[in-house]
Amino acid sequence: MLGVALLVFREVLEAALIVTVVAAATRGVPHRRIFIGGGIALGMIGAGLVALGMNFIEGSLGGSGEELFEASVLLTAVVMIGWHVTWMSSHGNEMAQRLRSVSASIKAGSSSVAILLVVVALAVMREGSEIALFLFGLAAGGAGQRDLLAGVPVGLAGGVTLGFVLYLGLLRIPVRHFFRATNWMLVLLAAGLSSSAAAYLIQANWLPALGSQLWNTSWLLSNSSLPGQALHVLVGYEARPAGMQLVFWTITFGAFLIAMRATAMRRVPSTPERYPRQTSPPDGRSSTLDLQS
Amino acid sequence: MNRTYLLRSFVLMGLVGAMGAHADAFGASLTQAMPEYKLVIRNHQFTPSALKVPANTKFKVLVSNQDSTPSEFESSDFSREKIVLPGSTVTVFIGPLGKGQYKFFDDFHQSTGNGVLIVE
Repeated sequence: MLGVALLVFREVLEAALIVTVVAAATRGVPHRRIFIGGGIALGMIGAGLVALGMNFIEGSLGGSGEELFEASVLLTAVVMIGWHVTWMSSHGNEMAQRLRSVSASIKAGSSSVAILLVVVALAVMREGSEIALFLFGLAAGGAGQRDLLAGVPVGLAGGVTLGFVLYLGLLRIPVRHFFRATNWMLVLLAAGLSSSAAAYLIQANWLPALGSQLWNTSWLLSNSSLPGQALHVLVGYEARPAGMQLVFWTITFGAFLIAMRATAMRRVPSTPERYPRQTSPPDGRSSTLDLQS
Repeated sequence: MNRTYLLRSFVLMGLVGAMGAHADAFGASLTQAMPEYKLVIRNHQFTPSALKVPANTKFKVLVSNQDSTPSEFESSDFSREKIVLPGSTVTVFIGPLGKGQYKFFDDFHQSTGNGVLIVE
């Protein structure tokens, strides 16, 4: 039972941390619960399909199918997050304003949440497919039903609880800094996902490692420990990173930084206090159109 | 407005493009002959459970799963993870690694599926 609970817990935690950061980053956006819930539901369906199709995925592309699939999923999430953070760097102030004025007319935001729905769905799909394969195996191998019935809910509850704890922690960030903080968390998250994608491409021998273990800090924080795993998801921590992972991390981080600065400079020259944007519908509308065009 | 949109697209596409280009440029040249080792998963255990491999050399390990349930070949010590479906064999590229011992495990059967790479 403990083994089942632990595996489920670790996989759920990885997805839950990502969902949590997304949930925080979309605070105040209308219908975001539907978006996030929808993302989780889609991800679970996707997880089942991936698990069922794993035979095909693994066999394709000369046996590198799984790695390339994982890497594409990760990089897709990276691009989606990139889209959102650049968008936020011009709308963050507006959103913070809205959080403070309850009755504000809320229009913008939804398009970007739809993008983050994909990120949530992909995260749940990745981790969920592993759980599904694991459970299929247990069921097929005639494992005790008690193990499954007790282990799965315990693991699930543990992972989800930690996600909520992080969420409540994030809510304590003052509203003024809130979206800046969640935006940075998204940037770090994306850089980490990008680095994980690099790891898969190295494993498939599609990319050179550029030094398979540049350094080793596992004595300080091991990736198999709970904090190490959480940091791995949140910021891409690797106790023994490959050079190429570092390259991916840095390029993603740098590109997002440049894109955020560039959009912020173009859009929002003044401080939030002197810029009550929620009262100017034409601006809000045009920026929504902009995203959709 | 349109400029911002273009700029965003440009930066993000450049990012993806750069990664793709890397993959193309390096992928082909690296599939030269390299040392090959075999691991078998049976009864949720690895055979051999200790595998000797050369230091500072890239190598590949073929992992075959002879059980009727899926396994996941995984290691935090050399950062690899790959699903091994029942009755299938997967290839995992590893290294080059420095001398030492590197543990690996079957993520789906951690109580029994354990092994170590002895790099020397």
